[in-house]
Amino acid sequence: MIVVRDPALAADARRERRFFLSLSLPALFIVGLAAILPILWIIRQSFLTTGGEYTVGNYQKVLSSGLTWSALVTTLELSLGTLAGCIVLGTPLALALASVRPRLANVLMAFVMLPLWTSILVRTYGWLVLLRRDGLINAALTGSGLTAEPLPLVYNFTGTLIGMVHYMLPLFLLPVYAAMRDIDPNLIRAAASMGATLRQVIRTVIMPLSAGGVFSGSIIVLIYAIGFFITPAVLGGGKVNPLSTRIERTLSTFQDWGSASVLGILLLVLMALIGVMLLAARRLVAQNTVEASHA
Amino acid sequence: MKSLAITIESVHKAYGSYVALDDVSLDIQAGEFLTLLGPSGSGKTTLLMALAGFVRPDSGKLFLGDRDITRLPPDKRDIGIVFQNYALFPHMNVLANVAYPLVLRKVPRAEARQRALDTLARVKLDGLAERNIAALSGGQRQRVALARAIVFEPRVMLMDEPLSALDKNLRETMQYEIRRLHDHLRITTIYVTHDQREALIMSDRIAVMNSGRIQQIDTPQRIYDRPSTRFVAEFMGEANIVAPGSARRIDGAEASRETLMIRAESFHLDAKLVGGDGVALEGILRAKAFRGENWLLTLALDGGQEVLVCIPAALAGGCAELAAGQRMTAYAPAAKVHAIPGAMA
Repeated sequence: MIVVRDPALAADARRERRFFLSLSLPALFIVGLAAILPILWIIRQSFLTTGGEYTVGNYQKVLSSGLTWSALVTTLELSLGTLAGCIVLGTPLALALASVRPRLANVLMAFVMLPLWTSILVRTYGWLVLLRRDGLINAALTGSGLTAEPLPLVYNFTGTLIGMVHYMLPLFLLPVYAAMRDIDPNLIRAAASMGATLRQVIRTVIMPLSAGGVFSGSIIVLIYAIGFFITPAVLGGGKVNPLSTRIERTLSTFQDWGSASVLGILLLVLMALIGVMLLAARRLVAQNTVEASHA
Repeated sequence: MKSLAITIESVHKAYGSYVALDDVSLDIQAGEFLTLLGPSGSGKTTLLMALAGFVRPDSGKLFLGDRDITRLPPDKRDIGIVFQNYALFPHMNVLANVAYPLVLRKVPRAEARQRALDTLARVKLDGLAERNIAALSGGQRQRVALARAIVFEPRVMLMDEPLSALDKNLRETMQYEIRRLHDHLRITTIYVTHDQREALIMSDRIAVMNSGRIQQIDTPQRIYDRPSTRFVAEFMGEANIVAPGSARRIDGAEASRETLMIRAESFHLDAKLVGGDGVALEGILRAKAFRGENWLLTLALDGGQEVLVCIPAALAGGCAELAAGQRMTAYAPAAKVHAIPGAMA
């Protein structure tokens, strides 16, 4: 068959393609300006002495410091702890939201979203009021005689974790809820009709089909948690020092831009590693569900 | 393994002021193929979902054999269900979908695999066991859904418009296959459809439903030829409801005083083909349409009522020459004229 192409029509098609591509230019420009350029700048900065000469001394100094490694461990503990908290609290909540009537779900969703509309500083200091030694929770606990001494709920790891889980929960919940709501209710009915109990339905149908949402939520939580600053700074009371607070201290106390840049790059590498691990885990789980359900 | 009878005893279900099931009672024999037929909103799917356990009736009782299942949760009812959109698990392949009910029943792995493969062969899906659901055509998905519903040998099977998403040719093939499968397995089956031809082809008996009530329950022939209400008559095909006095008898005797139901295809244009015993309808030809296997003529009776007359193409030598506006008479044999009890035209 001979295909005759009209050059005028082909030119129209090219023009259309070019127009739609051009729509992404402003966004590309902003990403370049706000993300890629600063990263390049930080990489350059990490190889400069305070005098402006090239060096690898910043890396030697930072990587040989025990403080860096303890900050790294704290960062990982906080991030994974926050993620665990979100999964344990958020997944059942998402399932509940996805199974109630849509109108009720919307009302409940508004309650979940409400914290997102308030400033993170307000929320964090709010927790301070609740959690401190003479705060509401300890007053209730000691007043009712449940505990003799006030519990150490704040200015430590526990307090930081509570604040972070509270902040991340809505962010985790949204993709999980969306994934669960998208599951065809007939799939659940079909499973039940074939003899699956509620537990079996959750394990064999709902969990595998919402795994994508759980992964998206996990990635969002980890990305936020790795660089989280305000909550550890306020609720950690100086005792919880992840990489983010180390960066701040390196800058504010020592004005050491080189070392701070190295720490920043460490955060970036950590993020990339976690991203790769999550994607690999996701692929593995996807394979396993197909095989496990294989008779 | 024996299939079970189903008994539905005055089941009621209302959603607010909307009555979905209005005092429905029905007995289905063990091994029977019964179709619930009706327009959308007639309550047929609600009734099916009540049997499956997904809709809780407001009152009434449901039995499988002698066992009261009214309050039994769905996963304990042992009913095979084929859903309208198939409801196959997208995260499992064909084999895993079909083996799913067996795995839930703790059937040993090797046996479950073998039974799933045997069932797939029965629905003509050999060789597709490892396929992903997304890679299947509509007809293949339909067969997987069927295999999954019968693999655990349920004593009752419910099918909710299982063929409505397929194109016409495939739908007809599947109608025969489902029926043949039923003849082989003899699982008591309740089949829901809004397609009257499908119901006629497949069923032992048909229950015609409208606004939450069962209008008539009978064999396909009797439902078609002897509808008990005007609704059933019109829902089952091209029915003419002829008002009392519009028809005269061929032998000249007094005109019928009842409301008559005459199917469009019962008419002849030649009185000799009808014989002496029958009715004649006289009027003016309003319109004619060639439909391939037959001609459809619209006849306006003297009272103003319009009647559809369907003449097979093989017998319609003169139809092409008929002109609109001309006066003509259509004849129907007495055996094909059915008086609807108590109906007003």
